[in-house]
Amino acid sequence: MSEEIKLLKGNEAIAHAAIRYGADGYFGYPITPQSEIMETLMTLKPWESTGMVVLQAESEVAAINMVYGGAGSGKAVMTSSSSPGVSLKQEGISYLAGTELPALIVNVMRGGPGLGTIQPSQADYFQAVKGGGHGDYKLITLAPSSVQEMADFVYLGFDLAFKYRNPAIILADGIIGQMMEKVILPPIRPRRTEEEIRSQCPWALQGKPKGRKPNILTSLELSPAVMEENNLRFQAKYREIEKNEIRYEAIDCEDADYMIVAFGSLARICLKAQEMARAEGIKVGLLRPITLWPFPSDIIAEYAKKVKGIISIELNAGQMVEDIRLAVNGTIDVKFYGRLGGIVPTPDEILDVIKKEYIG
Amino acid sequence: MDIKDIIKPENIVYEKPRLMNDNPMHYCPGCSHGVVHKIVAELVDEMGLEEKTIGIAPVGCAVFAYNYLDIDWIEAAHGRAPAVATAIKRLNPDKFVFTYQGDGDLAAIGTAETIHACNRGENIVIIFINNGIYGMTGGQMAPTTLLGMKTSTCPYGRTAELNGFPLKISNILAQLDGTCYITRQSVHNTAAIKRAKAAIKKAIENSMEKRGTSLVEIVSTCNAGWKMTPDEANKWMEENMFEKYPLGDIKDTIVEK
Repeated sequence: MSEEIKLLKGNEAIAHAAIRYGADGYFGYPITPQSEIMETLMTLKPWESTGMVVLQAESEVAAINMVYGGAGSGKAVMTSSSSPGVSLKQEGISYLAGTELPALIVNVMRGGPGLGTIQPSQADYFQAVKGGGHGDYKLITLAPSSVQEMADFVYLGFDLAFKYRNPAIILADGIIGQMMEKVILPPIRPRRTEEEIRSQCPWALQGKPKGRKPNILTSLELSPAVMEENNLRFQAKYREIEKNEIRYEAIDCEDADYMIVAFGSLARICLKAQEMARAEGIKVGLLRPITLWPFPSDIIAEYAKKVKGIISIELNAGQMVEDIRLAVNGTIDVKFYGRLGGIVPTPDEILDVIKKEYIG
Repeated sequence: MDIKDIIKPENIVYEKPRLMNDNPMHYCPGCSHGVVHKIVAELVDEMGLEEKTIGIAPVGCAVFAYNYLDIDWIEAAHGRAPAVATAIKRLNPDKFVFTYQGDGDLAAIGTAETIHACNRGENIVIIFINNGIYGMTGGQMAPTTLLGMKTSTCPYGRTAELNGFPLKISNILAQLDGTCYITRQSVHNTAAIKRAKAAIKKAIENSMEKRGTSLVEIVSTCNAGWKMTPDEANKWMEENMFEKYPLGDIKDTIVEK
């Protein structure tokens, strides 16, 4: 079967896409607003069709460590959670990065801090793109703004994770997770065979054949000189990812006087505001980073030379705006507008902000 | 008789297991880890499991187990080895998957992962080294530290008022329907080593036959942490540890055919 069209919630699309990708395992723990991912997988019973393992773990901590083990054996494995649960996973994510294991993590963000709220938020931007766990590492961070992208980024996330032997995260939010849209489910891929894993992931734990050296997966290295070498190797990989994998969408930015930068669900709302501004003759463009790390810094720096103003609009107290300011390096004033606590602004509200900030 | 006449396969009474390499061990002289490592290396070889074995190293003294046994290894975060093993075994059901954990790793920080892996009946083997102390970090109190026993974080002796009681985690795990074999052994003399090896062999057979979770607790010495000579430590273990942690099978649901 090739493509299939369905009406799905974002969370459901993740589950369908995981099975169709040929994922080997999903390990999760229930938390709102993303529980439909595991519920859908359990309902679809992929262990009967593709052989995919789906397991409800005793905690988010156990789930990410199951991912660590599964990834270590060269399998395409994933977990999903929402903000408080993703905080619990940070140690495991750091281990994945430090051991250079490919894995896919999904964070359907809700408001914080603490137990916060079950309403949508983008307040885990820093956690995703700046590290989150301990040590110098980076997560490939994909920000979907549609149910279609929820499905597509399962494929992209896994592919990038294996390409670079690095964990990747889909940083969605409660809106994308819960809303329903038409989605074209990507073509089915078979799960990789043991032989394919052996050739594509020679580092994977499969049991040591006679004649091969043991495969040892560890992030521990007590020699400072070797540990520095390891870190420099990670950094070189991160620079390579920054060079190759930046993704973004630029809408009406070429002739724009003012540029909105927004990601995820909020980029959809900002797109409406941008259209309304254009209809009123205000030349507004929208830059939507798709990869939050690697961040499209150079692209934004280029647009900063053309536009009169840049505003970052986020469902948080101002996080991505810091990366935009670093990108433009003081050459232009970067404004910020954010809503907190699960409040989602309307297009009218955003249009009013643009007018107030730039038109007077 | 010439030396060449003596060194013949039929005359071998003792040898280093083939799967143990020549890396110098970081374990203190007198520590039980080396003996348990040797048992595992022997069994993996004798049972023909070299190409099927995946070990999960813990955080603790045995974090470097992967330096000594030539099999595939992954080093887990502190306490999480049973979760790591769960996924490896479920995704690779024909492999022999075992964790090797100390008391702090298994019975303190990893209690949840231990209990739930056992309760799901994961077809893994858990080798549990109980020496009543945190060795790697320099001799702090463990969940299994005996009352009155002195460590660097209970320098006047463990008290129930402040620290609660020594945790008999194996007895708790024996209550779970997912476990098929829970036994407590030691490796402080030849007879004990033979019994421990038989127990670990049985545990491995259980896992390969998918009978549920097997756990072999090895009551062990940490003479460095206990601040004793190896000999004193063995005696102290017999006189004190075995009273709280009596040796023998705690649960065995597998009837020999």
